[in-house]
Amino acid sequence: MTTVASSPAQPPGPPTPAAPPVVEQPRPRPAQTGVWIAIAAISMTFAALTSAMVVRGSAAADWRHFRLPPILYLNTALLLASSAVLEAGRRRVAAHLVWVTLGLGLVFVVGQVVAWRQLAAQGLFLATSPSSAFFYVFTALHGLHVLGGLGGLGYVLRRFDAAGPAPVPALGAAALYWHFMDVLWLCVLVLLVLRV
Amino acid sequence: MTHATVAGAHRHAPPQGFLRKHVFSLDHKVIGKQYLDLALVAVCTGMILSWLMRFHLAWPETPIPGLAKLSPNGAAGGVITPEYYLSLMTMHGTIMVFFVLTTAPFAGFGNYFLPIQVGAEDMAFPRINMMSFWVTLVAFLVLISAFVVGDGPPLSGWTAYAPLSAVGKDAGPGQGVGQTLWAVSITLFCVAQLLGALNFVTTTLDLRTKGMSLARMPYSTWAWFITSVIGLIAFAVLMPACILLILDRVAGTSFFIPAGLVISDRLQPHAGGSPLLWQHLFWFFGHPEVYIAILPGFGIISHILPVFARKPLLGPRVMIACLVAIAFLSYTVWGHHMFLSGMNPFSATLFSVPTLVITIPATIVTLLWIGTIYGARLRFTTPALFCLGFVSVFVSGGISGFFLAQPSIDTYLHGTYFVVGHFHFVMGVAAMFGIFAATYFWAPKMFGRMMNETLGKWHFWLTFIGVYCVFMPMHYLGLAGNVRRYSAFTDDYLKPLIPLHRFITVAALFTGAAQLIFLFNLIRSRFRGPQAPDNPWEATSLEWSTTSPPPFDNFGGRPPVVERGPNEYGIGSGARGVDYGMQAAAARVSAR
Repeated sequence: MTTVASSPAQPPGPPTPAAPPVVEQPRPRPAQTGVWIAIAAISMTFAALTSAMVVRGSAAADWRHFRLPPILYLNTALLLASSAVLEAGRRRVAAHLVWVTLGLGLVFVVGQVVAWRQLAAQGLFLATSPSSAFFYVFTALHGLHVLGGLGGLGYVLRRFDAAGPAPVPALGAAALYWHFMDVLWLCVLVLLVLRV
Repeated sequence: MTHATVAGAHRHAPPQGFLRKHVFSLDHKVIGKQYLDLALVAVCTGMILSWLMRFHLAWPETPIPGLAKLSPNGAAGGVITPEYYLSLMTMHGTIMVFFVLTTAPFAGFGNYFLPIQVGAEDMAFPRINMMSFWVTLVAFLVLISAFVVGDGPPLSGWTAYAPLSAVGKDAGPGQGVGQTLWAVSITLFCVAQLLGALNFVTTTLDLRTKGMSLARMPYSTWAWFITSVIGLIAFAVLMPACILLILDRVAGTSFFIPAGLVISDRLQPHAGGSPLLWQHLFWFFGHPEVYIAILPGFGIISHILPVFARKPLLGPRVMIACLVAIAFLSYTVWGHHMFLSGMNPFSATLFSVPTLVITIPATIVTLLWIGTIYGARLRFTTPALFCLGFVSVFVSGGISGFFLAQPSIDTYLHGTYFVVGHFHFVMGVAAMFGIFAATYFWAPKMFGRMMNETLGKWHFWLTFIGVYCVFMPMHYLGLAGNVRRYSAFTDDYLKPLIPLHRFITVAALFTGAAQLIFLFNLIRSRFRGPQAPDNPWEATSLEWSTTSPPPFDNFGGRPPVVERGPNEYGIGSGARGVDYGMQAAAARVSAR
């Protein structure tokens, strides 16, 4: 752009007439950027917990290994499916597919609660062993973030209902976050399979 | 008024009604002022606590009138018990570090000025911004409720070292409900600051106006941007650490509590936890937190100093590079807080080296400030004085850091007043001077009124001399072996030091009283001060291109177009005495 050498102490002139029509340029997408930054912070949180798990695991010989509830694998499949549906919904800007994702996400959360109950039925509670403690902390924190994602999807659906253009940027951001929930869950699952 | 069409999802209509305008406001300017108000309440609370501690240290037997009412157990008859002293210390540190040094320079001024300085109408996510403030407020209320709930406030220090912080009420008064409130408060605070930092980073990256390239951003914007990146990582680590601490306290887990721990003659029902784990997690946050407190000050000083030196900042790109280097290195030095923790001595060396390395960019930054004022015809206004004061106290406090970075010297000094003097100078007082400089500098913009210069200068000189009287002798106390965290000095080798403690106490009371001048000036000028012009200091950045105070959408619907960087001072002789170039030509906008 050209640099215009104008006096800083411009006298107050009459307001300039309306600016010429602005050519639409590719605008930055704050929603998308915001989700990327949130992804960075959330990754850091889970990295901190992972390192805490490693340190705590080697701090004492009280780590009790147990078999993960099998329903976790079903939940994993549900979450991955929900992501695929949402991706289709994002590409076609289709509200009904977002609804399906919302439903699958809710079923995932319920499935995680079922996994907790199965574990509790085996006598494995939060304070039973550091392994069960970390299991509950990881799954609960991930579940809370999934609930946040569901809130985001609900927001997108509300925007679909409102008058005006389809909420494409919001849908893109929500989808990005939702896919990250998949990746995060896979990381957590691998970690739990390896260590718990 | 016609509004230029601005794409982007962040626009929101001007608020209607008192609640939406002043309380649950989405406007970043209102939220910024709310943060500053909160910080003002917090700093008064924290300072009163320090007065109580200082008074007790100087005259441990003398009752403090009225204190027995506040805490019948902690100060029966007005005399502070050793436990209550630790509670006051814990609350002083927590309030000051989190609710003053983080909220004022970063969340407060950053919220108000970052969007304006990049030419945006608001933050990227106004709703998240509002939520961030309200969660911070709740965190503060939860924290200070510890004064009246249960056995009083916790006593494990602002660092809340486990296992003391983790075992519960056996560990002393305040370690029951009080410590839990502390952990909940800090968890909430982390969430709030993560939301805030998310907004800062997104706004800086995506909402810059036309022509505002990264290289043209003011240094204060750069500093807030870098600080928020640090905060995103630091608070994201402290939050899970606090969650684990809460679980240890209320759910019976053993993350931080080792086996066989007997406290108050009671075997603790925990096993296998690692107290060192808490220290690592805490200081991985804690050291970057020091830079969260001080980097906005760096930015503010770099922003303000050239205005009054009427010279461009020396080495602007070096300055930014140094800030980035400090941010990066801040994550490699946390272990220097743990030289005495019993960790591997080899790791002490490992943490000592980056600690010494981080002094290099910090020193370069200082030299750039001094180089900027070298040969300048400085305008000695109050903000300029506080900038110079900042450099002075930062150097004074920073130099003692060189000593503490050596594990062998730190072994002797770590538990003494040397460290108290060091961190109060380098992060406490320096950051406060940054806050004062920012307040005197930006108050005309925020309130549309000038602050009184005479009172400002009195405030500066009394504070400047006062803080040296308070914190400089602490270095000598530390070298003399005066341990910190003691509520009274009864050992023979400490008794000769008590007169110096009395001097410090008197100086602290006077310095605190001098802040009343500031408060009076702030409140009086808010209503009775002379009207501020749009650009009273002849500065260049975008906030000075709009009205004082700025209209609701900052630029009256006409986003500024940036033509040059923020560093255009001392250019040409200027036909009308104008020696600077605004980043964007001043656009007249109608207020509100």
